[in-house]
Amino acid sequence: MKLFLKLCKNPLSLTGLVLLLFFLGVAIAAPWLAPPAWPREPYRIARCGFSPMPQPPGINNPLKGIWLIVTRQATICRVRPFGTTGEGQYDIYYGLVWGTRTAFKVGLYITGISLVIGLILGSLAAYFGKYVDEIIMRITDVFLAFPFLVAAITLAAVLQPTIGRGLVTAMIALIAFGWMGYARLIRGDILAVKERDYVQAARAAGAGHLRIIFRHILPNAIYPTMVMASMDVGSYVISFAALSFLGLGAEVGYADWGQILSFARNWIPRLNYYWWIVLYPGVTLILFVLAWNLVGDALRDILDPRLRGRITV
Amino acid sequence: MWAYIARRLLLLPLLIFLVTLFVFGMYSFLPPSQRVRLYLPDVAKSPDAAPRIIAKYGLDKPFHIQYIRWLGNLIRGDFGWSQTAQRPVLQALGHYFPATLELALWAMVPVIFVGIWLGILSAIHHNRPLDHATRVFALIGWSFPSFVYGLLLIMVFYAWLRWLPVGRISDWVLRLETAGQFKTFTGMYTIDAILNGRPDVLADALRHLVMPVFTLAYIQWALLLRITRSSMLETLRQEYVMTARAKGLAERVVIYKHAARNAMIPVATVGGLLLIGLLNGVVITETIFNYPGLGSWAANAASQLDILSVLGFALFNCALLVLGNLFVDILYAVIDPRIRLE
Repeated sequence: MKLFLKLCKNPLSLTGLVLLLFFLGVAIAAPWLAPPAWPREPYRIARCGFSPMPQPPGINNPLKGIWLIVTRQATICRVRPFGTTGEGQYDIYYGLVWGTRTAFKVGLYITGISLVIGLILGSLAAYFGKYVDEIIMRITDVFLAFPFLVAAITLAAVLQPTIGRGLVTAMIALIAFGWMGYARLIRGDILAVKERDYVQAARAAGAGHLRIIFRHILPNAIYPTMVMASMDVGSYVISFAALSFLGLGAEVGYADWGQILSFARNWIPRLNYYWWIVLYPGVTLILFVLAWNLVGDALRDILDPRLRGRITV
Repeated sequence: MWAYIARRLLLLPLLIFLVTLFVFGMYSFLPPSQRVRLYLPDVAKSPDAAPRIIAKYGLDKPFHIQYIRWLGNLIRGDFGWSQTAQRPVLQALGHYFPATLELALWAMVPVIFVGIWLGILSAIHHNRPLDHATRVFALIGWSFPSFVYGLLLIMVFYAWLRWLPVGRISDWVLRLETAGQFKTFTGMYTIDAILNGRPDVLADALRHLVMPVFTLAYIQWALLLRITRSSMLETLRQEYVMTARAKGLAERVVIYKHAARNAMIPVATVGGLLLIGLLNGVVITETIFNYPGLGSWAANAASQLDILSVLGFALFNCALLVLGNLFVDILYAVIDPRIRLE
């Protein structure tokens, strides 16, 4: 609660918090904001007609359009508050609303799973030391020898023939190359904590390895890693959107911001006429990532004064 | 220092071994039918060729034998055939590399000048409006996906205002090239234009470079700016800066001669990070601007599942990154004599 109050005091983090709450609201209210055309598959973006050209917003005031849809006075395709994508005629408003759920899912899953992998490997390396440490850290080095996005693209491309194109493939690819930072950070912090008296005392009292790691070491070493993870959610959402943009992310027609943006690639010479394909999804993505970065930045200052001013990449 | 360099170079083969093993591991994720298809695009047309290919490339052999064979091919320069480039992968790498190098080199200009200069400025104006403005700028830059930024640039400067073109070079230059009136020396148009004495080609190449260069540069600005700023703040508190001020030196001299030079040391160490950023960045940037370099080739190959090209690109990136990090470590020791590499 104290943390929450502190977050509210700073205008920057307050902005981030408000934005996050807004997106959370959109994600929760998605079925009301954009009633699915196929109730069993709500993530399939609604499609409006068969024209090959992007259709402009069907109403001048998007807010009024959304109101008409929420009150069920008009169908999505009739109003098209943010226009359609052209090829496939995917409704952008529908894709953005349901894409909010995708964005939360993708960001939190990728960060969470990478964090767990990094924590396990990092604490094993630091706690057992010697050759365990050596082996785990050399493996980490190999994973670090690839530029992140390039590696993720490669793995996603390799996995596609086997498990098909989709959220899972892209998330596996990003997780596989995302855990190393956490492993390194937690290792360093555990090395600092490991030799403290209370750990020795626990060992003398006969505690097992797992108990010592989970009850005595991790709670005292985990904060910087958690803060780093909270700052990474935004950049994972960007990376996932980038994979989708390159055609390696969600399958075609799945509600996902990066994919909607990728439709703009077909209309590059006339983007000034078809501005809605870039502007609406672009601004949504930027605001979402900005929200996470603002909150993460503030959390870092509050929880870990040691990291203040240090750039986390 | 020489001992350190030698030791780093000795570790290199081990790292290369592990990395190639890893890349090969990715490659063996593919089901056998897919792997035959890498060598034989249309299995259905010549069904009897598949067993021959399996035998020829040893696709039915155990993992370690296949790996050794594959490594042997790599050493001989045989990376396989690239479907997307319609030439061997190694040749394709050589063909696309100059374009990407040109883009990356030009991108370094705004990155270094704006990043470092703004960083120093915001350190001097610590906690004043300029500092807050650059902080917000960095934060927004960090939240701005490069493909959104690139698309917005295209929307404004190409589609709407028609000021800047996309692609790499205009058609008339290509016609000059095929007519033999423009000789290719390095494959980089800006340099070749100077060597050929053609200012009009130089101008055309530069016009094509503006948007991709700024797209590639702007994420790096945020990073470099923050690092320069914090390093500069640290340096400004040092006693020798106080001494310089006490001597009555002009503020300009104190900042740019005494403080900034020492503040550059941590900045040099993020060179490795900048390199990673560039390598990641070219994939997206080149794809958006239809710039025919390594990145757009790799992205195209990945989306068409041309795995051999993608793996060749990944290996090439790894080699660059490993060498780049080595170079940065050595540079670090050279510019800061206090650091003794053990």
